[in-house]
Amino acid sequence: MRPPVADWATDFDHTDPEWVADPYPIWDQLRSRCPVAHSDRYGGVWLPVTHEAVSAVAYDTEHFTSRSVVVSELRPTDKAPPAPIGLAPPITSDPPFHGEARRLLLPAFSPAAVAGYEPYTRALCRELLDAMEGKDVVDAAGDYAQHIPLKVIVEMLGFPQEDADIFRRFIHMVLEDVGQSPEDRLAQFQAGEIDAYIEARIAEHIASPRDDLTSFLLDAELGGHKLEPRHVRGTMILLMIAGIDTTWSAIGASLWHLAQHPSDRARLASERALMPFAVEELLRAYAPVTMARLVRSDVELGGRQLQTGDWVLLPFPAANRDPAVFPDAGRVVIDREVNRHAAFGLGIHRCIGSNLARMELRVALEEWMARYPEFSLADPGAVTWSAGQVRGPRRVPVRLG
Amino acid sequence: MLPIAARLRRVYGEQLVRVHVDGERCQGHNRCAAIAPELFVIDDLGNATEVGDGTVPSGGEDRARLAAANCPEFAVVVTE
Repeated sequence: MRPPVADWATDFDHTDPEWVADPYPIWDQLRSRCPVAHSDRYGGVWLPVTHEAVSAVAYDTEHFTSRSVVVSELRPTDKAPPAPIGLAPPITSDPPFHGEARRLLLPAFSPAAVAGYEPYTRALCRELLDAMEGKDVVDAAGDYAQHIPLKVIVEMLGFPQEDADIFRRFIHMVLEDVGQSPEDRLAQFQAGEIDAYIEARIAEHIASPRDDLTSFLLDAELGGHKLEPRHVRGTMILLMIAGIDTTWSAIGASLWHLAQHPSDRARLASERALMPFAVEELLRAYAPVTMARLVRSDVELGGRQLQTGDWVLLPFPAANRDPAVFPDAGRVVIDREVNRHAAFGLGIHRCIGSNLARMELRVALEEWMARYPEFSLADPGAVTWSAGQVRGPRRVPVRLG
Repeated sequence: MLPIAARLRRVYGEQLVRVHVDGERCQGHNRCAAIAPELFVIDDLGNATEVGDGTVPSGGEDRARLAAANCPEFAVVVTE
């Protein structure tokens, strides 16, 4: 158990139960007190909460490195993970290597490429909804949301569908077990379970290449050379981790919202043209992902002096709730048309899977609404939220009909 | 009855509205093309450019402005 937070401006903790349950009032309070909060936890971490300050960090790749993007008690040293590739390229890479590694992956996630997975996604959603037939209460997060991005990315990577449970454990390890002691966290990674799993999948694909992302990475070249094995492994880990509980969170939070807002549900059911705007608004209001950076060299941010080696949390969800940029920022305006939200980040690290995530969220909501236009929270007290930098509901019991 | 902008264009024969994507700023969010697919093309990497010389056909002015107002990177510019 971690010590309770004394003051959010000087002692914040993004894994504290109060933050996990509802971070928005905390960010609102901080925005009026200081644009950049600090905490001695995790060895020293900063928290910009305005759109302006979050943007400033996202765009400044000179003073901030992406070498580690998950704040934990285990702070990377100068030597490990090695720059410029980082553990999971390109999210952990800096320029100029970042640009090359990213260009390699971008075509696989373009709107056109993603459209190819829409029929699979739609069929999957219908299958999950079929399985709910006849039930009074279902878990919109556990029975529906979580399966969609999980199965789609497993399909894209060409992994066995029955490995879904293994994936879930890895994700929890990387993203949620961040409050562990440095020794425990290091030991968990050094146990090598993730690496062993990936190695096995790589070996299968080398033995029999297929038309999937794993074979694509094994074949891919940068500057006339095959990718280094640690680059292939790192990118596969990135796609496994980053593609799943993020979108699962977005779908779950959207259904959690709709379960409590009959008028938004009614409009979505009757106005088909509203869906693209609703998807963007739900992404703005419930953006799941907070990124992080390490300070590469001393720099000022919002009047504070950041020291080399400090962590910086990059809460895009807080930027999306900044009233200086979004009128009525704290409220879901389901038909909001002007919506310059930063749910997928800003600058060179824009989420590479954003087109995929959007497609999955839209299809998941379209199919759910077509099948169950009426539903409500069955037990608000039973809703649980994930802790850490990816926030979404992990349990959302809803009553159908 | 044509909208006012279109009537003016008919009278004066000039291009009233143009869009342009700043390639240095665009990060491939794909918001512009989702809003106004007739005004933007997306390349293999997911990055946007304006169709042709960026002239907005009559009736597309509001979509052009909406596309610009939704770009998270402020990469879409509308000139009127």
